[in-house]
Amino acid sequence: MEKYTKHTSVAALMNRSNVDTDQIIAKQFLKKVERTGFGVHLFHDWRYLEDGTPNPEFELNKPEFSNAKILVAGDNFGCGSSREHAPWAIDDYGFNTIISTSFADIFYNNCFKNGILPIVVDADTLKSLMSEIAENEGVSFTVDLERQIVSTPAGLQVSFDIDGFRKNNLLHGLDDIGLTLGHTDKISAYEEKHKQQFPWLWAS
Amino acid sequence: MAKTMYEKIWDAHFVHQEPGQAALLYIDRHLMHEVTSPQAFEGLKMAGRGIRNTHSILATLDHCVPTKMADRLNLPDPIGAKQVQTMINNCKEHGLTLYDMQSKNNGVIHVVVPEHGFVHPGMTTVCGDSHTATHGAFGALAFGIGTSEVEHVMATQTLPQSKSKTMLVNVNGTLSKYSTAKDIALAIIGKIGTAGGNGYVIEYAGEAIKALSMEGRMTLCNMAIESGARAGLVAPDQKTYDFLKGKEFAPKGDAWDQAKAYWQSLPSDANATFDHIVELDASDIAPQVTWGTSPEQVVPVNAVVPSPDDFDSEGKQIACKSALEYMGLHSGTQMTDLEIDFVFLGSCTNSRIEDFRAAAEIAKGTSVPDSVTAIAVPGSYMVKEQAEQEGLDKIFTDAGWEWREPGCSMCLAMNGDQLKPGQRCASTSNRNFEGRQGKGGRTHLVSPAMAAAAAAAGRFVDIRQLEQA
Ligand code: SF4
Repeated sequence: MEKYTKHTSVAALMNRSNVDTDQIIAKQFLKKVERTGFGVHLFHDWRYLEDGTPNPEFELNKPEFSNAKILVAGDNFGCGSSREHAPWAIDDYGFNTIISTSFADIFYNNCFKNGILPIVVDADTLKSLMSEIAENEGVSFTVDLERQIVSTPAGLQVSFDIDGFRKNNLLHGLDDIGLTLGHTDKISAYEEKHKQQFPWLWAS
Repeated sequence: MAKTMYEKIWDAHFVHQEPGQAALLYIDRHLMHEVTSPQAFEGLKMAGRGIRNTHSILATLDHCVPTKMADRLNLPDPIGAKQVQTMINNCKEHGLTLYDMQSKNNGVIHVVVPEHGFVHPGMTTVCGDSHTATHGAFGALAFGIGTSEVEHVMATQTLPQSKSKTMLVNVNGTLSKYSTAKDIALAIIGKIGTAGGNGYVIEYAGEAIKALSMEGRMTLCNMAIESGARAGLVAPDQKTYDFLKGKEFAPKGDAWDQAKAYWQSLPSDANATFDHIVELDASDIAPQVTWGTSPEQVVPVNAVVPSPDDFDSEGKQIACKSALEYMGLHSGTQMTDLEIDFVFLGSCTNSRIEDFRAAAEIAKGTSVPDSVTAIAVPGSYMVKEQAEQEGLDKIFTDAGWEWREPGCSMCLAMNGDQLKPGQRCASTSNRNFEGRQGKGGRTHLVSPAMAAAAAAAGRFVDIRQLEQA
């Protein structure tokens, strides 16, 4: 997983509440064999017209937001099923940060497994951030994970909470597997013991 | 301190635990099929990681594969074909053993793995598939995992796990000759419910379990997951050793004696304590039929379709009502009056040679009515070959059944074999969920003998009455 430290990127505005995982990635795309490549299907039903061309009405299709890494969205983002395809799609599309007042629990956890930082802010702060984008589409925010601060050109300094363990994993680009691999010496030591105790399992 | 078998296996596989985090458990065996593994391989590649122990993995193609030879040679579903090809490529790239469609070892993962003695007592075994519990029949701790976990196991040979509670299900007494391991499994789920096993690993014990064949124990453990349990276990005994001896992956020579000595140390200590104990008497277990859309909605075949009033909790009353509606049933109808359209003999629950023998015994000399389609889908090519040697295929085809190639087939209806809306099916599989065997399809879970009797009569039959007739 890529390390998440500090970056300044375009913030896209999605002023909708209860965006669920079915909308994030519709079920007809779950049969894919890859983990990558879900980005083109992100928000499919909103994003494309019947004939498959981009829907000009859909906010993320605005050219100002085309390189956004930060998504600022309404309450309760990511509700619905537990499919990990949702964060896969978000990551693959190019977002690494989502700011909202609240996230569905499983989705929130799944974000960290995929190097995405979900930031919870209060309702007033969200409103301020949203209006700053609305007034100046294409504006960039700076997210500093180390200091736990989002800063904006208009001078907002928003501090946010994050579990220390998760923060550390993001900062060092550690996923669950990365963490376990941090114990490789212990696994190897166990395997040596295992080989002696159960040699028939290792005879090839 | 006295330990249960689960605790012994856990302790033997404990690698490490960081404060405040789950324990890392070492994984001995990793089983794979084409549907739940592709993203895990992709994830490994993206992170530049390799597979820690390629010898721990055995893979097969089963979920998407057609059961008609012509379709196997030319897969009709492009998405299924891609999943199949991806599995083949991934296995080739990493040097993994794959029983592909051309292999004489091909079949449903939970059927082929025991055929080759790949899982032994005391092993930790995982697969991206909930019916991995099957291998608990050998006294192995076997459970299903998600795609991220598949990747985790490939990369690290371990899995973060929290310890389950232990449940002992004691089935004493003797089973009547008409009832089978499937009926025990359904009766247990009927008793404790599909959430009864939540948070537990179940150990099945008692006279009736000891009396089961290895095939029967696999059927029983296979459905542990349907009671909500993480895994099911049966203590290894002489039957287990006899089954494994001489199999491809079983220990040989001195190693066999060494392994066996270890296996003999695995059964729960006499005074070990379980968090929960359930008792059943096998002699009370009649052939079972599910009537609803959850395996716990089950009755003896001589019973009637229940009514919501038969249940004391509001949740179960509502569940009953909606199941009756989906299944197109009326309370009070005799189960034996229900006419069927389809019979599916197969799935990792009931597609081993013993199952085909039991079904053939009943199917012999019968004839499937025109209104009914009956398909027999062996769990593997080894089962198919054995059945053909014994002439069982002839018995089925003479009776009007279709004799198919192996695969998961209509257990989850991903390969094209499926029910049409409203069709009623007597099925030897494990899940009767809405739409499981095709949109709008109505599934009744039964044993192989019960399925064969239903195929002959076009409705459910109390097989205990067959001989008297
Ligand atoms: S037969 Fe059914 S339950 Fe068994 S592995 Fe295949 S789909 Fe899953």
